[in-house]
Amino acid sequence: MSALQLFIVQRLTALIMAPLVLAHLAVMAYAIHGGLSVAEILGRTQGSWLWFGFYGLFVVAASSHAAIGLRAVLTEWVGFRGRLGGRLRDLGCAVFGLALFGLGARAVWAVTLANTATAGVGL
Amino acid sequence: MERQVPGKEFLSVTVQRGQPGEAVRMQTFQVPAQDNQSVLDVVSWIQQNANPSLTYRFACRVGMCGSCAMMVNDVPRWTCRTHVSKVAKAGVIAIAPLRNLPLIKDLVADLDPFFDKWTDAEAHHHPTRDRDQPIAAVDPDSRERRQANAGIECINCAVCYAACDTVAGNPDFLGPAALQRAWTLYNDTKNADKNAVLDAVTGQGGCHTCHSLGSCTNLCPNELDPTAAIAGLKRASARRFFGRD
Repeated sequence: MSALQLFIVQRLTALIMAPLVLAHLAVMAYAIHGGLSVAEILGRTQGSWLWFGFYGLFVVAASSHAAIGLRAVLTEWVGFRGRLGGRLRDLGCAVFGLALFGLGARAVWAVTLANTATAGVGL
Repeated sequence: MERQVPGKEFLSVTVQRGQPGEAVRMQTFQVPAQDNQSVLDVVSWIQQNANPSLTYRFACRVGMCGSCAMMVNDVPRWTCRTHVSKVAKAGVIAIAPLRNLPLIKDLVADLDPFFDKWTDAEAHHHPTRDRDQPIAAVDPDSRERRQANAGIECINCAVCYAACDTVAGNPDFLGPAALQRAWTLYNDTKNADKNAVLDAVTGQGGCHTCHSLGSCTNLCPNELDPTAAIAGLKRASARRFFGRD
């Protein structure tokens, strides 16, 4: 990706995450203060396309935003520049972003659609 | 170097000495304090009265040419227009060559990388007409012209470049001055190739590298605002990316 494309993705994902972070914090506060049990939380999230979409979008945005940010840190603070350094940096950041996406996607899948999918309902 | 003269006040001025290939060292001079003196006056006093081999650069002495910028107490300043009373801390001043640039000797930094980046930023005019055509009219009140006007008083002193922590972290970054120049050209109705300018400043080390730290705007001796100019380039490139320009 070009520097411009990375910049655009970085800004768009920031734009997406800003309301999602606030909503996430509000949901956390509600779940904790309301004293919801794990079963009650899962009862609300499982089979819900809404929560799948909410946290799925969150994971996509956070993993790409973090990888691009890490790329800038490695460029400026660790000195990964030039031909070889730049390639190593880009490869490392891509792996980092994909790993974040994988971990996040696994969690989102587990709390939203996993049981629904195996049970064959709600799809 | 310590000299005590009753009734006379002295500044303790430390200057960086040395050139590539030898160890850089600091040398301290006692310079007579005056009610009114610039940092450049102090450097000139040392060169004329204490150590003629001290190398430094200046030309106009009135804040127009941009030659005399140096690090003064770790902050880049145009030394000819920087009053000692503004920067001295308890009569002590430390002077060094500009940061983020290669050393030539003593207080002189090599400005080649700084000017090379002006060229890399496509910071030259792309004419819309030839000499046989009438001069194009420019509306002084148009938004573009006002944005260009805001940045054209740059004197190329490289204070912003030395102040920039992003340049310090990434030597490929074009820097505030070159990008501000590109922004003035982008807004110049007499400049034919806006896209060439935008192409030049949106690659690796281009305007998107800037973190908007603001040191350039904070320290520009002509009170220009390169941070805003770079933000303008980011907006323009995003508009073009989404096909809105």
